[in-house]
Amino acid sequence: MAASASHSDKNYLNESSGIWSWLTTLDHKRIGIMYFISVLTFFLVGGIFALLIRLELFSPGKGLFTPDQYNQVMTYHGAIMVFMVIIPGIPAILGNFFLPLQIGAKDVAFPRLNLASWYLLMLGASMAVATMFLNKVDTGWTFYTPYSIRSSGSVVLMVIAAFIMGMSSVLTGLNFIVTVHKLRAPGMTMFRIPLFVWALYSTAILQVLATPVLGITLLLLVAERVLGVGIFDPKMGGDPVLFQHFFWFYSHPAVYIMILPAMGVISEILTTFSRKTIFGYTAIAFSSLGIAAVSFFVWGHHMFVSGQSEIAGILFSFLTMLVGVPTAIKMFNWLATLYKGSIQFQSPMLFALGFLFLFAIGGVTGIMLATIGLDVHFHDTYFVVAHFHYVMVGGTLMAIMGGFYYWFPKMFGKMYSEAAARMSFVFIFIGFNVTFFPQFILGSMGMPRRYFDYIPAYTQLNRISTVGSWMIAVGFLIGLYTIIKGLRSGAPAPANPWGSKTLEWTVTSPPPHHNFDVEPIVTAGPYEYR
Amino acid sequence: MTWFNFAHASSFMPTEATNIAQQVDSLYGFLLIASGIACAILIGGMIYFAYKYKRRTSNDKTAYISHNTALEFLWSFIPLVIFLGVFGWGWHIYSQMRAFPPNALEVEVLGMQWNWEFQYKSGFSSDTLMVPVNRDIKLVMTSKDVLHSFYVPSFRIKQDVIPGRYTAIWFKAEKLGEFHVFCTEFCGTSHSGMLSTIKVVPQGEFDRWMEEKAKEHSEEGSLPLAQLGEKLFKGKACASCHSTEDATIKVGPSLFQKFGANENIEEIGSVVINEDYLKESILNPNAKVVKGFPKNVMPSFQGQLNDKQISALIEYIKGMK
Repeated sequence: MAASASHSDKNYLNESSGIWSWLTTLDHKRIGIMYFISVLTFFLVGGIFALLIRLELFSPGKGLFTPDQYNQVMTYHGAIMVFMVIIPGIPAILGNFFLPLQIGAKDVAFPRLNLASWYLLMLGASMAVATMFLNKVDTGWTFYTPYSIRSSGSVVLMVIAAFIMGMSSVLTGLNFIVTVHKLRAPGMTMFRIPLFVWALYSTAILQVLATPVLGITLLLLVAERVLGVGIFDPKMGGDPVLFQHFFWFYSHPAVYIMILPAMGVISEILTTFSRKTIFGYTAIAFSSLGIAAVSFFVWGHHMFVSGQSEIAGILFSFLTMLVGVPTAIKMFNWLATLYKGSIQFQSPMLFALGFLFLFAIGGVTGIMLATIGLDVHFHDTYFVVAHFHYVMVGGTLMAIMGGFYYWFPKMFGKMYSEAAARMSFVFIFIGFNVTFFPQFILGSMGMPRRYFDYIPAYTQLNRISTVGSWMIAVGFLIGLYTIIKGLRSGAPAPANPWGSKTLEWTVTSPPPHHNFDVEPIVTAGPYEYR
Repeated sequence: MTWFNFAHASSFMPTEATNIAQQVDSLYGFLLIASGIACAILIGGMIYFAYKYKRRTSNDKTAYISHNTALEFLWSFIPLVIFLGVFGWGWHIYSQMRAFPPNALEVEVLGMQWNWEFQYKSGFSSDTLMVPVNRDIKLVMTSKDVLHSFYVPSFRIKQDVIPGRYTAIWFKAEKLGEFHVFCTEFCGTSHSGMLSTIKVVPQGEFDRWMEEKAKEHSEEGSLPLAQLGEKLFKGKACASCHSTEDATIKVGPSLFQKFGANENIEEIGSVVINEDYLKESILNPNAKVVKGFPKNVMPSFQGQLNDKQISALIEYIKGMK
């Protein structure tokens, strides 16, 4: 068959076939698709847990679950969404697929390592899922000691699972750093790489530097639980607050591992659909690096009331304010990119504009939480829950959706139904605000997070929030339908359906196995809309 | 100022029962307005541009604007100044939260899964925190088991409570009334049930309460366990549902001659009535309900009885022969 097929009929999807050709593939594009399938599956599971949480909280008192079951559901929702969806989401799916294409490379620098990362994620994920069938974990995704040392759940297995998934993240980051440095096409200088690549590059640095700290922390936790070495448990002479320092030393940079790639996607979509060069390329690129650098020094803002020293608290509040500046710069740059553009409202653009809307709210509430005197009241209430959902879901997830619709034609060589995709946006966007805006109010009223039950005064707003969660669910179901229908019967996609200027759009949709038939020679920046 | 009052009134913050709470709310009010303006610029600008620069033809030409140094400097510098101002304001409030006034009335707080115990200097303890109005109160807190966090929304204060070390917090309540205490650090099964109340009363009422409690305490302390148990049994109205002198069934099972006997439990089978069973049934009555009796009738006494009182009740029940 291969002999008879003309050259242009062959692409990375049909170049070889059979499940084995996928499981042993070294092609970054296929690995990206495998990540896509696995992360989508995890997302559906995590999403069902989210719906169950909201269902329990529809009314005060016992509803669907016992308190212990609720705590388990809340733990799995958090752990799955953080470790298995949001962290691998953009870098592993879209990054894997498009980073080499955008810099004009044939593949990532270490294709075998790339495949190994996927297997590590799968191994970690299977172990995490296995705990659901053993003793379910109920510690919350943060594993705070000493509760996590005493809890009867399979904490050790879960923590080792998180460790292994962290390893996967380190290897992906390493791969991306080397790829960006070594495999750029001739003429593709560092200041001609697309901003999505800059974002992935900054993220990769964080992945490589921060994740090992999580690994060490989790191993110390295992040592304490299994061997009884006193590190965090005061009963054995340890310090529980030390765990929080270690944990957030990773998990705060991890927040930027989650959001930086999303910011990269937004830069790509905004330029394409306003047919205009990005405003302040250098400022955006450097603010990615700036955010990555400062993010290592703000972990203590998760611990303002933890019993850490007061001076530390004040310093962390100050440093957190500094992260606000590069974030504000990006927002204004995106806004300026729209100015005098030629704006089109296809679904990727709707998600990008939705991102700007929700991220603005997530950003200003972030400043409120960074203000130490105010955070004492808001800490560990629903205000925080609302804030990080505005940033992580309103931000990252909107960008994943937008990015996915944006690159879908390239990935699969087919178009999806624009009407259905827009419908999914409308439901997700409105549903999101209905779900999470009331949670800001609940938080200012004082409702603590991780509550199975609440005082009757909080009932009304919790109900609104639960109804919103159903709207989000409808939105994602329509999204799923759009994807499946697009895959089955979408019209063939041209090489460059949106008129973008970056390199991935110069090859056929879907791209050939080796990406470029002729090595591209780059003579201009990524957003030359003149 | 009207704008400011509007933001203040619609901020949904709980009652302001301390001066600190008023200060926190002023800062929050300011931030709400500033955030409103920021969002109006960003979101409003986005919507305006999206409308104004909508694509007209399929080959629109756009302006090639790569950057504008002056503009970029402004939108980095102005947010920086605002953020630093807000930081300073927050620091100012926080430093007051952490400046412990001398001569405050000290109460020890013990957090445990899943209740709060307030130990007064005169030797007794209580499950609600009674304090006099307009008086500095300092809480010195520790935990018996895992992390907890002591949170009073109306006072805008919160502090984690940590096993193996002491943390402290202070407040001066300026309003009479009852205020919620929540646990805000996840602590397991009944995390959301780990509630208490702060009762702010006039000084005179507080003094009377102290005297009463001290008297009760000195009596309780000297009572033999079984007698203390009998007193509690009456005080908590256990006797209205459980008979103690014969096998009569009132609302719940009789406790007469039950200690050491077997009871038939739904789905579990025969269970020996021992100390563990009694303690569990006091704290979590629905765990093992005797066959033939409905669930969800007896309230949980979680958080209302301390360990000694539970032992006293068990001791009293043992003696029903």
